[in-house]
Amino acid sequence: MKFLCLACDDVMDFADRQLPGDGTLAAIFTCASCKHEVAMLTNPMETQLVSSLGVKIGGREVPAQPLEMVRSSLEGGREEVFAAAEEQGRPARRRQSVVWSPEAIDRLGKVPGFVRGMVKRIYTDWAKDQGLAEITPQVMDRARTELGLEGM
Amino acid sequence: MRKIRTYREVASGTESQLLEQVTAQQERLEERLSEVRTIVAVGSGKGGVGKSAITANLAVALARRGLSVGAVDADLNGPSLSRMLQVSGARLVDRAEGIEPPVSPHGVRVMSMELLQRDEDAPLRWRQPATGGFVWQSAMETGALREFLSDVVWGKLDVLLVDVPPGTDKIARLLELLPNLDQMLIVTIPSETARFVVSKAVRMAREARVPIVALVANMTEHVCTCCGQTSRLFEGDGARRLAAESAVPLWAEVPFDARLGASTDVGVPLVSEDPGASCSRALLALSERVAAAIEEG
Repeated sequence: MKFLCLACDDVMDFADRQLPGDGTLAAIFTCASCKHEVAMLTNPMETQLVSSLGVKIGGREVPAQPLEMVRSSLEGGREEVFAAAEEQGRPARRRQSVVWSPEAIDRLGKVPGFVRGMVKRIYTDWAKDQGLAEITPQVMDRARTELGLEGM
Repeated sequence: MRKIRTYREVASGTESQLLEQVTAQQERLEERLSEVRTIVAVGSGKGGVGKSAITANLAVALARRGLSVGAVDADLNGPSLSRMLQVSGARLVDRAEGIEPPVSPHGVRVMSMELLQRDEDAPLRWRQPATGGFVWQSAMETGALREFLSDVVWGKLDVLLVDVPPGTDKIARLLELLPNLDQMLIVTIPSETARFVVSKAVRMAREARVPIVALVANMTEHVCTCCGQTSRLFEGDGARRLAAESAVPLWAEVPFDARLGASTDVGVPLVSEDPGASCSRALLALSERVAAAIEEG
């Protein structure tokens, strides 16, 4: 998928992606020459078709998590199926530490167990990518909007 | 008419990054499976011929030979491998580098949709818009299978068995994900209808140039447990006829034994429970052929 600015005959650059939470999507593209902007708006079915491919329009900000598409899309997932490596007495991969505020931990606790581990890693990776040392509910809100983590 | 440059004439990466992400997914899959020596699909095209029971017993038979074995249940809508290999209810270790699969009592690493679902009687459902499922459902299921293959830490395996659900379309999807599939075992039964339907799967496998394609005839005869007398369950000789017509070798003829289904249903494949049973002997011989092909490969 490419967007061509007809006035300049230049390929437009991906600028932003927004998921308002109703299953629709807006992707904004800008012409580097004339600064003209267009927004591609997709309905829920079109949005779902793209996410069914396990891809994100405009690319990924954080790496794909294991079973990301299944975990974020399966209805009726088994709550306790995933165990953290530490729970099994195995060492977890060393990661640069990002502190979770108590409020953020509380909010994370409300995420269904089926996806909680994955969501935690997505927020942590995003925070590290942004150079943030602490994850707060406000940081979670920003990440949620930018990454399109509906229901997370 | 106004001349607009076509997609191919516009020389740049795709700004939406979709193609690049799909390519990255395929690379991730190849990297994950790089430690798997051989991938064997067990398919049919026809339902109800015993693919999953044969997959489970073959997995255990290969493990008994000392091979490191994984089994992935590609039947997302009717998963049964986790039950047959006694890992139902197991937890999966969630690591950033991948999901560690449960290991059956026979040493087989298993991944199945059943492990992820809360209710055992729940049909597979995706969170989705109310309409248009026909547009994206196939892509979603292919994506789920891709994740099973690429996001599970299979580790070093001698063989990864893939239990393919009925329908030649499912075989086609698998071949798209795994263009370098090493072996395909096509399960059939002696009936004429099965011969007719399964021949399509045989043709598909051959056109895809899968290096080794072999037939497994299931339920070829019934052996009376009282007197040992054999009798045919199906009129005709569809499996042998299919082998002859398609020039695909018939690697095993597995007689019907009610215990095969019963024991496999409770997670104790008959090849381990009663290796001397006639159907177990046929399956153990099948494992010998598969193992020999792995060695030759």
